Amino acid sequence: MTSTPARKPALAILGKRNRELGPFARDDARQESGPWAHWRMRTDEDGIVWLVFDRKDSSANTLSEPVLAELNDILGRLERDGPRGVVIRSAKPGGFIAGADIAQFRGVTDVAELEMLLSRGHAVLDRLDRLPAVTVAVIHGYCLGGGLELALACDCRIAVDDARFGFPEVLLGLHPGLGGTVRLPRLINPLAAMTMMLTGRTERARRARRLRLIDAVTQERHVRAAVRAAVNGDLRRSKQDVTGTLLNSGPARRLLARRMASEAAKRAPRAHYPAPYALIDLWVEHGGDAEAMQQAEIASFAKLLVGGTAQNLVRVFFLRENLKKLAGGEWPGRHVHVIGAGTMGGDIAAWCAWQGLFVTLADTNRNAIGGAITRAAELYGKIGRDNRLRVRDALDRLIPDLRGDGADNADLVIEAVPENLDLKRKIFAAVEPRMKPAAILASNTSSIPLEALRENLARPQRLVGIHFFNPVSRMQLVEVVGQDLAAPDVLAEARAFLGRIDRLPAPVKSAPGFLVNRALTPYLLEALVMLDAGMKKEAIDKAAKNFGMPMGPIELADEVGLDVCLHVADTLRGSLHRDMPEAPQWLKDKVAKGELGKKSGKGLYDWKDGRAVKSHEDVVPAADAADRLILPMLDACVTCLREGVVADEAVLDGAMIFATGFAPFRGGPLHYARTRGFADIHATLERLAAQYGPRFAPDPGWDSLPDPTPAAAAL
Amino acid sequence: MQCGRPLLLRQPFAPDAFDLVILGCVNVIADEMNPARVAALRLGMGEAMTAFTVQINCGSGMQSIDTGYRTIRDGAADLILAGGAEALSHAPLVFSRGAVNWYARLFGARTLGARLSVLLGLRPAFFKPVVGLERGLTDPITDLNMGQTAELVGHLFHVTRRDADEYAAESQRRLAAAQHDGFFADEIEPAFARDGTVYDHDDGVRPDSTAESLAKLKPAFERPWGKVTAGNSSQITDGASWVILASEDAVTRHKLTPKAVIVDSEWAALDPSVMGLGPVYCSTPLLRRHQLTLDDVELWELNEAFAAQVLGCLAAWQDDEFCRDALGLAGAAGRIPRERLNVDGGAIGVGHPVGASGNRIVLHLVNAMKRLGKKRGIATECIGGGQGGAMLIEAV
Repeated sequence: MTSTPARKPALAILGKRNRELGPFARDDARQESGPWAHWRMRTDEDGIVWLVFDRKDSSANTLSEPVLAELNDILGRLERDGPRGVVIRSAKPGGFIAGADIAQFRGVTDVAELEMLLSRGHAVLDRLDRLPAVTVAVIHGYCLGGGLELALACDCRIAVDDARFGFPEVLLGLHPGLGGTVRLPRLINPLAAMTMMLTGRTERARRARRLRLIDAVTQERHVRAAVRAAVNGDLRRSKQDVTGTLLNSGPARRLLARRMASEAAKRAPRAHYPAPYALIDLWVEHGGDAEAMQQAEIASFAKLLVGGTAQNLVRVFFLRENLKKLAGGEWPGRHVHVIGAGTMGGDIAAWCAWQGLFVTLADTNRNAIGGAITRAAELYGKIGRDNRLRVRDALDRLIPDLRGDGADNADLVIEAVPENLDLKRKIFAAVEPRMKPAAILASNTSSIPLEALRENLARPQRLVGIHFFNPVSRMQLVEVVGQDLAAPDVLAEARAFLGRIDRLPAPVKSAPGFLVNRALTPYLLEALVMLDAGMKKEAIDKAAKNFGMPMGPIELADEVGLDVCLHVADTLRGSLHRDMPEAPQWLKDKVAKGELGKKSGKGLYDWKDGRAVKSHEDVVPAADAADRLILPMLDACVTCLREGVVADEAVLDGAMIFATGFAPFRGGPLHYARTRGFADIHATLERLAAQYGPRFAPDPGWDSLPDPTPAAAAL
Repeated sequence: MQCGRPLLLRQPFAPDAFDLVILGCVNVIADEMNPARVAALRLGMGEAMTAFTVQINCGSGMQSIDTGYRTIRDGAADLILAGGAEALSHAPLVFSRGAVNWYARLFGARTLGARLSVLLGLRPAFFKPVVGLERGLTDPITDLNMGQTAELVGHLFHVTRRDADEYAAESQRRLAAAQHDGFFADEIEPAFARDGTVYDHDDGVRPDSTAESLAKLKPAFERPWGKVTAGNSSQITDGASWVILASEDAVTRHKLTPKAVIVDSEWAALDPSVMGLGPVYCSTPLLRRHQLTLDDVELWELNEAFAAQVLGCLAAWQDDEFCRDALGLAGAAGRIPRERLNVDGGAIGVGHPVGASGNRIVLHLVNAMKRLGKKRGIATECIGGGQGGAMLIEAV
């Protein structure tokens, strides 16, 4: 017997033939036709025009001024030619249209100019809407924002199974701005329409069909027949039902709007996030009059876009893109070996398996592995509710490994055992000789210096810190910790691995607490000092939440675990030349008693069903409470910049937002400081230092920060 | 999945290096008509992995090894994953023939009137499900269930209730001792359930069983006078087992350490009503082909479907008339001493997942031979429907 050479999977060869592009050859969407840069047009044998959108020099289709100008030109031609039907389809594998090109939203300040631009876009879509031919949008993959608005301007929408629809504008502090607020509530149940636009949630094809957002769901192999049916009038089109029409009437709108506003207030306070309220107002005032609503949409969108919230959220979008780019190219590995089936290890393993990697989870305690499998099954049950097969496959790929055999063939070994230097060293000594020479060894440690772990390793250049946050499935940011001997390609591979599992890498230097914990610790400790001084915990949390934090520091400490907080604080205090408040004795007593926070059901708060029990009395935080909490965090950020723990402001702001939820609408801690003014921050810190103690003394780094930096402000 | 993943994990080659997957399985569930292929794909062995399922009732797990062994011997493959699996807890409840016909008529009825008339034909008896498992364990030719065939074998060879109970108690004691001494550490993999439960040993073991305590049980199949009880029979359980078969080429190429060599195998058939004697019918010609006697075999795994059936086999080999007329020997073949037979217990304690057992006893024979330093062994089982399978193994 001779071994046969590795075979390519059948669909790796045939898959590219699947996409139905009518008169265009299926496996070559790049064929030349027409004078346009972003669009191609051909007529098929049934006399139906196929218009293929393939934005030049971009992997995804987005709408921009030139794209719409070309479409306008094409529509002029179609008006003259008068075909029976027009199909609009994307040539990109990922999907239909991802939305407007967000780059054009950055730094916009001129409202009048913006309104002009929007009006031109509206005119193109209105022209598409009025085209006498039957217009059919054939949609695969994502169909978001402006993409969905374009689809709504067509007569008919046919979705391929994997299509997803949504209006994510609200996540950028905006609402739809190309007629979506007008067309959607008239097509589907207005309540569902408003929910879609207010939450930014995406809907899968089946549900979109039930919502009557689309007219048919099919597979690529039947797209041709579906298009023919649509053009011939054989496809029954979804229309709004009577309930929908009734709900769109004036009195109903006013009644529903009040409910929506109070719902929105729970998640996004009006002062910080104006967009949902602007959208509700738009619908209440103009829901009955399409033309007036269109004009109002343009004005409202322009006003939101030039506002601080939208501009900061657009900044956050690019901060994320920036971190994504740090992930770089493709990670070549496929097998991750995780050592330690505790909360972090188990959850890291579960997440990697969910993302398609082959994972071995090693622990000598079989019940710990059992627990990790349970948590994985629970997580998959939630995030994979609609995908039974993916849940099965992920659980198949998550392999309990009592003997640690997985280390032999793994491309990456992640250690996530308790924070104990000797234990970690022992594990490294046992596992390193088993590993492939090209494999990477990583530690999830949050407090042990990598330099200490590196000792005695045969290949110290292949050791890196990969520091996840809890819960792994929800915290997008992961710190990639270097050490002076680490090889650059090892660090790059670690970042690429994080890109592979859909996490955002933040490169940081090996320093106590790295970036995130170092910045969070003074914030948490100050909250304890305030608690000690007799402030109500609800008031402290409220001060932080009013600032825009997703959770107050007291609740956060409980969530993270008081034992972990105490450990991190003690480590930091021991290793930093910096005045830090001592953790109060009662906290140590609490930890000793086993009152650790959420995980033990009792911490600073009592916890019930995964929620902190808070008193309902109205609390008013002290005037300087927010500054006392937030400014030490900003100060620690500046220290990290000065010491080079993190390379630049963009990574720092991104990391803090995606690891701690730092008020996104403020654009990140440094951006906030810059917006408020360094001078003001500096003066406030000095005033607080005079009043409360030297722990508030501003870091010398403030003086050397350029203010403002045009280069950093661009991100 | 649960036993295949750790097995593949510790190999020096990738899961897609295999040429073929063969799985023995008796009760294939409707959702997975070819469980071998499902297992191959779910074990990450690649889309190009051919896989088929074999079924010869209680011998299926050994048939997969035998088929793999013959395929490699013919030069058609180098590396084969051969297993056995059974999920008897998933055996379906089936509807009676009458109910099935009624459904067919209902769906076939075109008009409302026709449908109504069919509906009126509904009988309460249609809702009485037939336990699929029970039907599966009954021989259709003789209409005897497996327990009844054991009663018959026991009767024909004068096996007493006391003999059977003593055998069963000893089997339980051996299994408990083997579990305690960690003899299964490298053989039994813990199974992890989605709810977090870790099943790390077979829980059918009853170490406190004695012949006296077992004597109190009521007969399970033929009341009131039968001798076969739940205590001296194998337990109906779920289970799975895999072994890796490799050619000499594959051993060299992947630098493998073989555990044992398959020397030969044999299948035989006999009257279904005494299927329990299957091991005698297949092992004897296997021995004869290699000029061996019972004494030359240092270790036996004779699947414990029923204590009465195991003892029946032993008695058959000591029976002059039977050995002469049924097996063509000159006289009684001899005695297999108890210390060479099922040294670590068997299906009475660990259970008998029918499709898996044949595979498991081969694997356990190999491991036990290695542990005890024995050179030659036979794994054999009786097969419902009147057959037997045996495999001759030598240490390397």
